[in-house]
Amino acid sequence: MAHSVDTRGTVSSTLWRVFGSFKLLRESWVGMIGTGIIVFWAVVAVLAPLIAPFEPNATLQPFARPFSDYAAGDGVFWLGTDHLGRDILSRIIWGSRTVLFYAPLATASAYLVGILMGVAAGYFRGRIDEFLSFLANVILSFPVLVLYILVITTIGSSGINIIIAITFASAPGIMRIVRGLVLDLRNRDYVAAAQTRGESPWYIMLVEILPNARGPLIVDACLRLGYVVITIGVLGFLGLGLPPPDPDWGGMINETRSMALAFPSMTVIPCIAISSLVLGFNLIADGLREISMRD
Amino acid sequence: MTVHTEIPLLEIEGLCTSYFTRAGEIPAVVDFSLTMQAGESVGLVGESGCGKSTVAMAIMQYLGNNGDIVNGSIRFKGRDLKALSKSELQQVRGSEIAMIYQEPMAALNPSLTISAQLTEVPIVHEGVSQSEATARAVDMLNSVRLPDPERVLAAYPHQLSGGQQQRVVIAMALLGKPSLLLLDEPTTALDVTVEASIVSLIADISREFGTAQLYISHNMGLILETCERVCVMYSGEAVEIGAVQDVFRHPTHPYTQGLFGCIPLPSCDKNARPLVPIRGQLPLPHERPSGCFFGPRCDSFRENLCDQSLIPMMQSDRTRHFVRCVRWRDVPGERQVGEVKRKAPAEIGEEVLRADGLQKYYPVYDRSLAALLSGRSVRYVKANEALSFGARVRETVAIVGESGCGKSTFAKVLMGLETATGGELLFAGDDISNSPVRERSPKQLGSLQIVFQNPNDTLNPSHTIGGQIGRVIRKFGVESEPQKIRDRVYELLDTVKLPRDFYKRRPRQLSGGQKQRIGIARAFAGNPKMVIADEPISALDVSVAAAVTELLMDIQQEHGTTLLFISHDLSVVHYLADRIVVMYLGQIMERGTTEEIFAPPYHPYTEALLSAVPIADLNVRKREIVLEGVVPSALNPPKGCFFATRCPHRIGPICDEEPPPFREASSRHVITCHIPLEELRDVEPVFQQVDVATE
Repeated sequence: MAHSVDTRGTVSSTLWRVFGSFKLLRESWVGMIGTGIIVFWAVVAVLAPLIAPFEPNATLQPFARPFSDYAAGDGVFWLGTDHLGRDILSRIIWGSRTVLFYAPLATASAYLVGILMGVAAGYFRGRIDEFLSFLANVILSFPVLVLYILVITTIGSSGINIIIAITFASAPGIMRIVRGLVLDLRNRDYVAAAQTRGESPWYIMLVEILPNARGPLIVDACLRLGYVVITIGVLGFLGLGLPPPDPDWGGMINETRSMALAFPSMTVIPCIAISSLVLGFNLIADGLREISMRD
Repeated sequence: MTVHTEIPLLEIEGLCTSYFTRAGEIPAVVDFSLTMQAGESVGLVGESGCGKSTVAMAIMQYLGNNGDIVNGSIRFKGRDLKALSKSELQQVRGSEIAMIYQEPMAALNPSLTISAQLTEVPIVHEGVSQSEATARAVDMLNSVRLPDPERVLAAYPHQLSGGQQQRVVIAMALLGKPSLLLLDEPTTALDVTVEASIVSLIADISREFGTAQLYISHNMGLILETCERVCVMYSGEAVEIGAVQDVFRHPTHPYTQGLFGCIPLPSCDKNARPLVPIRGQLPLPHERPSGCFFGPRCDSFRENLCDQSLIPMMQSDRTRHFVRCVRWRDVPGERQVGEVKRKAPAEIGEEVLRADGLQKYYPVYDRSLAALLSGRSVRYVKANEALSFGARVRETVAIVGESGCGKSTFAKVLMGLETATGGELLFAGDDISNSPVRERSPKQLGSLQIVFQNPNDTLNPSHTIGGQIGRVIRKFGVESEPQKIRDRVYELLDTVKLPRDFYKRRPRQLSGGQKQRIGIARAFAGNPKMVIADEPISALDVSVAAAVTELLMDIQQEHGTTLLFISHDLSVVHYLADRIVVMYLGQIMERGTTEEIFAPPYHPYTEALLSAVPIADLNVRKREIVLEGVVPSALNPPKGCFFATRCPHRIGPICDEEPPPFREASSRHVITCHIPLEELRDVEPVFQQVDVATE
């Protein structure tokens, strides 16, 4: 329940952004395609129980080729089955729920931390800025993959921990972007006006400054969502994602990679799923950037 | 006078240009015709968006990707520029027509030396040798009066001051020996005294080189000083073209007359002869009315006459004087203003603000080893040094000075955005020199507010107008109930003469002048005792600026507020200030009433500043004083008088060695100078009213 609500929340706000205004619809066909892809996956995730032909974890008939019939019952394995006999189409459909739930949540969490750090560093400057920037540089100097393995192996693999790991690794990058934007915006006269009427620093940072940084941040958030989808895939592939047997695209690639030559569809299909989702987010980002450049 | 040759240098006929955007075709210039003879200098004036830069770009055949000449022709020395091939155009641009832009830094390549950029011109266009090119560059730098040309040639652009950069740009343009020079607001980015020297240079160019000039400016005063003929533009049309003498003495088009009513000429007075803003707003290019574009704003508008078809240019009684007005014979010579609104002069009350020896230093840390060893690792920028002056209730005190003189720093200390390093600052009896804004009470905050310079920066683009003003009212504790706050916002919108439905609008839906009005409404929301206006009109167009100035003064009068008006523009200051403080490098050079400042005895710096003001009035004769040198660094100011390095009246070593004394010319008129008052008194006034017999 919570899954679908959150997924829908993020997607529908994106939807609203692009579909809500007729102008945007016409203006960027790149963004339109991206939105189409994301909407497709969102619908798939929400309707998973209704449209998945089989139980995702049920072992039915190992090594079935795509389009082969289910020998022991009704139905067709449209995309075949894996080595344990689970229907790949159903696992892809259910796996989209994992990605579309954790990717936006992890991105949002990274943004929350990154924005707070960045706004404070850019607004207060001085010692606070030096400390936060140093912290960010230390984290950024680590290879990301090593960082993920380090974090997840220390705190164990679970949904929450994926979010924590992604937040830890992405927040410094977001902080730098926000800091840069705030350093520019803090010199605006309306900030001085807020200061001269005695507003508190956090009011100025969050109400006066932050809303004006939203343009570049929204574009960046879309791009980052794509990266996070890849990260979740990589974590699944490394066995650091959600514990089995629940379907997870990265995990599916990992489990079947030794058979990739004999049964390419088992590996290629989840790869295509991941790529399409990433492509969708990137195209939306491109579309938004295109639109914002024109105005 | 100009020599009239057979073929005019430049002939623009019926020029129409459009920009093609997503929203459709936007006509920028409509039916523009202009003929220029060789060596003639023509001024092109108008407010922003009237198409004056587009005309220049069209001459250069450089309208960008989405601009195009839709109709009309531009003939240069008899050749149609539109028909030229790319390579022919290349030859014309730079060597026959050269352009000078507003920002010198944007015209120079920051990674090449001046020498490389200057010698390129003759090498490319004429194929001369490097040594020949260098010799020409040196000559040219001498002609644009840059001292020490060898040093300038070896320098990179950032090592030169703004004025020097602009001279280099002019030199670069002249090196190609163009017969036409297009100048697009060449001095707008410069300080007044620097502007004055560039303008006198530009005025000499056509004499010296025989170069014709098209001088684009929004400033009528500058046009008067540099040009022989003037073309006034409004909303993409030329509305009046004629000799400077004719247009300035007998402005015929109602818009030209309106413009003159908006300029604070020396003859204006805020009480007896206030500025008369033009009502309404410049129409957007796609919302231009039929017939006369100025119709809806014109006092002489006649239905069924002015609003029928496009109005052609008409020849007036004077030679080469054209007006785009059907009623030019009937329009009254001087603009009729119903009845002149005389205002009673304000009654000055007791003192609200007193600065006493106020100092503000910014530390600059030098972390080099040499600095650490010599023990000079911290140096100070003395942004404000020993400021002493006062301001009284209902008084308008102006602080004038060029950029970097410390006037904005003073405003920051006053607002509590910075704290003073030393001295006292008494506001309504409390010393606020050391109380930052976070420590001030809501009442203190509300009674001291500021109007900012940049209209696009003064309002938060993310919030509605109503929300922003309402927040101020709540913060200052004027009202607390939502309904009462809303009513108060409506009242304030009424006060600044904006419709109430602006409550729900966002800043991007407003024009510059409207934003500035909201800025004023916000400053007056807490019923302030004193309002600081930091260059509130310098980013606005002439007619908008006039309306905002009048509004600001009306509200000040109504509220009995003290106004501290920070500006670099002496003509505005002369118009509205009661008293003036002249600053240079963080120090007060002279202070006194407006009449005292504008008449001898002058401080030599005041004298130079006054002489630098462009005056759009043929009846005022001005003494020309051009300041040499550059403003010294505030990190390392001169030991004695700060102005000594540029002072034309320097009396000797005493100026370099000893800080000058405060000389009191009258009780509140103080001049900081070594020269005795008697001598300063004997100076000839900078402005003199001359009555040239009206033909």
